[in-house]
Amino acid sequence: MLRFILTRVSLVIPTFLGITFLTFILIRLVPGDPIEVRTGERGIAPERLAALRHEMGLDRPMWQQFLDYVGNVLHGDFGLSLITHNSVLGEFLTLFPATLELAMCAMIFATLVGLPAGILAAVKRGSAFDHGVMGASLTGYSMPIFWWGLLLILFFSVQLGWTPVSGRLDLVYYVEPTTGFMLIDTLMAGDYEAFRSALGHLVLPTIVLGTVPLAVVARMTRSAMLEVLGEDYIRTARAKGLADNRVIGLHALRNALIPVVTVIGLQVGTLLGGAILTETIFSWPGVGKWLIESINRRDYPALQGGVLLIATSVILVNLLVDVLYGVLNPRIRHAR
Amino acid sequence: MKRILLGAGLGMAAALALTAPAQAAKTLVYCSEGSPENFSPMLNTTGTSFDVALPVYNNLVQFEYGGTKVVPGLAESWTISDDGLTYTFKLRAGVKWHSSNDFKPTRDLTADDVLFTFERQWKPENAYHKVSGGAYDYFNDMAMPKLLKSVEKVDDLTVKVTLNTVEAPFLADLAMPFMAVMSSEYAQALQKKGTLEKIDQVPIGTGPFQFVAYQKDAVIRYKAFEQYWGGRQKLDNLVFAITPDAAVRLAKLKAGECQIMPYPNPADIDAMKKDESIVVQQQEGLNVGYLSFNVTKKPFDDVRVRRAVSMAMDKKAMVEAVYQAAGVPAKNPIPPTMWSYNDSIEDYPYDVERAKKLLAEAGYPNGFETDLWAMPVQRPYMPNAKRIAEMMQADLAKVGIKAKIVQYEWGEYRKRLQAGEHQLGMMGWTGDNGDPDNFLYTLLGCEAARPGGNNLSKWCNKEFDDLVVQAKRTNDVAARTKLYEQSQVIFKEEAPWYTVAHSVVYVGLAKNVVGYKMDPFGVHRFESVDLK
Repeated sequence: MLRFILTRVSLVIPTFLGITFLTFILIRLVPGDPIEVRTGERGIAPERLAALRHEMGLDRPMWQQFLDYVGNVLHGDFGLSLITHNSVLGEFLTLFPATLELAMCAMIFATLVGLPAGILAAVKRGSAFDHGVMGASLTGYSMPIFWWGLLLILFFSVQLGWTPVSGRLDLVYYVEPTTGFMLIDTLMAGDYEAFRSALGHLVLPTIVLGTVPLAVVARMTRSAMLEVLGEDYIRTARAKGLADNRVIGLHALRNALIPVVTVIGLQVGTLLGGAILTETIFSWPGVGKWLIESINRRDYPALQGGVLLIATSVILVNLLVDVLYGVLNPRIRHAR
Repeated sequence: MKRILLGAGLGMAAALALTAPAQAAKTLVYCSEGSPENFSPMLNTTGTSFDVALPVYNNLVQFEYGGTKVVPGLAESWTISDDGLTYTFKLRAGVKWHSSNDFKPTRDLTADDVLFTFERQWKPENAYHKVSGGAYDYFNDMAMPKLLKSVEKVDDLTVKVTLNTVEAPFLADLAMPFMAVMSSEYAQALQKKGTLEKIDQVPIGTGPFQFVAYQKDAVIRYKAFEQYWGGRQKLDNLVFAITPDAAVRLAKLKAGECQIMPYPNPADIDAMKKDESIVVQQQEGLNVGYLSFNVTKKPFDDVRVRRAVSMAMDKKAMVEAVYQAAGVPAKNPIPPTMWSYNDSIEDYPYDVERAKKLLAEAGYPNGFETDLWAMPVQRPYMPNAKRIAEMMQADLAKVGIKAKIVQYEWGEYRKRLQAGEHQLGMMGWTGDNGDPDNFLYTLLGCEAARPGGNNLSKWCNKEFDDLVVQAKRTNDVAARTKLYEQSQVIFKEEAPWYTVAHSVVYVGLAKNVVGYKMDPFGVHRFESVDLK
């Protein structure tokens, strides 16, 4: 098992280098550097531009900037934001819990709804329910997040007034962030009203962000279940008189779960991508919104560090999924 | 054990409930459009960042609420020497500073604070000069390093500023956000602790609202400053709820989650005006979008051609199609909200026949070929330059002028226009200090007509230049107004620009907001606002 994990980890290193290189190059290919984008009609005197560039270290050869950056990152130094002059790692760590909280809620939502829906659709294959679930998931999968989010806000928040429009917590509450997870922080503060408010603020963004993974999980569960249900050992289990619930819940589901777990792992990337849009709509103070702003302001260190750190978390989750996979499927664990 | 913990938790909750502020407190929530870079206006150039600092700080002199007129601020009076070079400011006595968890002021505002504000931006040897990457764009853009000779403390409440040349807009410059007065005592306290950059993150000012907390990218909280020299505010709390999406800001306003929202989508404005629960305020922005004729290049050296082109294009159609509700046609180079705007001037009519006749007179009966530069980015005064260029192109074709649209990346575009490489080039300007000089001298004076200067038309008209330079060299506002009004007449006759439009900005307010005035500079100020 340990060897399995080590092999997987060693594969991660080139991925990191590739990501670092790509973000480094891509943001520099975008026209306008951090100084030029904030210069208006007036322009900037060439001497001042040169002095500011020098101060930011942008006048050195690209390869040198890159090597320095990689060196610093290896020492755990992600640099300072060019705009706020705060440490990039510090800013990321302040904002990441908000993204993580939202992503986890969305994943839980997607799994709790998608899994049973997929199982039921498979068991009742060809029924109206099956068609309904598949149709709905196709719709969900192809729905633009921005439009979907605004629609939900207009209906539930403006029309019905059931949910708050945006933000993480009602403004009358002030909870000192300790973990950064609003649900936990409010509970730790013992403020149950605030907890309810935090929960209320999570509803719409969770649905919006969870819609695509929900669709994927439902479809994947259904097809995996269908495949497994056609296997000989299921027939055998049925033949020996096991109850339907037991056949489906135990024998079939465990095997069907393997591809589903993989898909859930892969969805983490999608989730963090979707979080960028979802956070912008719901004014959610997470890393997604922060990255967009970094692009607009050409805040190179913040953008590079942010992408790298997000990539790290995606890679970690996938690693975890691979390990979990091994737990579910002994064949993989023992494969050499 | 668990039970004890739970009990403790409940006890804490009860204690919290008891100490929670009374719900009757008046809290105004403003749905701001973005996150600030920091809280020091001297470091920033964006309205978003100025907005968050304005409640906290004051300047020596300030713009009257909702206007461009300069009125006393921290300086209760000032005198200007006869040669116009020396300004002596008398500071208000007993102006209190805010406090924070880490800092308790021991003294009121003094001349030292004013000196610190100048020197941080001006003197490289100041300990704070390099803090937070100090670039001080505005301080440099307003040519302060060139203009200032000395800033001296005469006594605790008197500051003397000496200039190198006479500069009438200097007072207006001092009212701009970048000259917000900071506490030198706070600076020294932070220096002792070695946390210099805190000065830009936890602002200590003299303004109407005191900074409470900023949760990054989410919420900024302020409370009314009890000892504010201008009198305590009617609001108890001011909260900025950062909401980047315009449609969501509107939704929040409708749901009562905020009371003021800036920058609605132009497409939503009609619906907002019809909505009974919302009040819409609008104002022309302090800007202009224009098409510059390069007068050093043929055929635009001939004023008849410039006039002909001005008459060949349908401005009204352009503004209606591209700006929709967010713009009005411009006839003068300065916006209507600015003092000395000459409203008696008549714009060139849209008249294709007369345009053709003028072109024939000038020797171009069959038109000519020209380039037409359009900027690649959206600017406040021009939502879509490419689209406008296409409309101009179509109009010009009708009088036989073949225009080829040229585009470059923004930085490059600006540089090439300033170098005068174009024949026809679109550009615009957003006012800095509300002074007509900032448009008329900066964009049309002879000094700016050099290659690389901001007079993109490279138009140097002696008569016009004399007027605007004379206006710069006197402090008498009435006399200056006359000079500027006259200069606008020459501008229109000589037509170095085809003025396109001024933007129109909107805010949405909840019905119960009273006393809010839009600011002509495009920032958002909340002093003297109340909730019914």
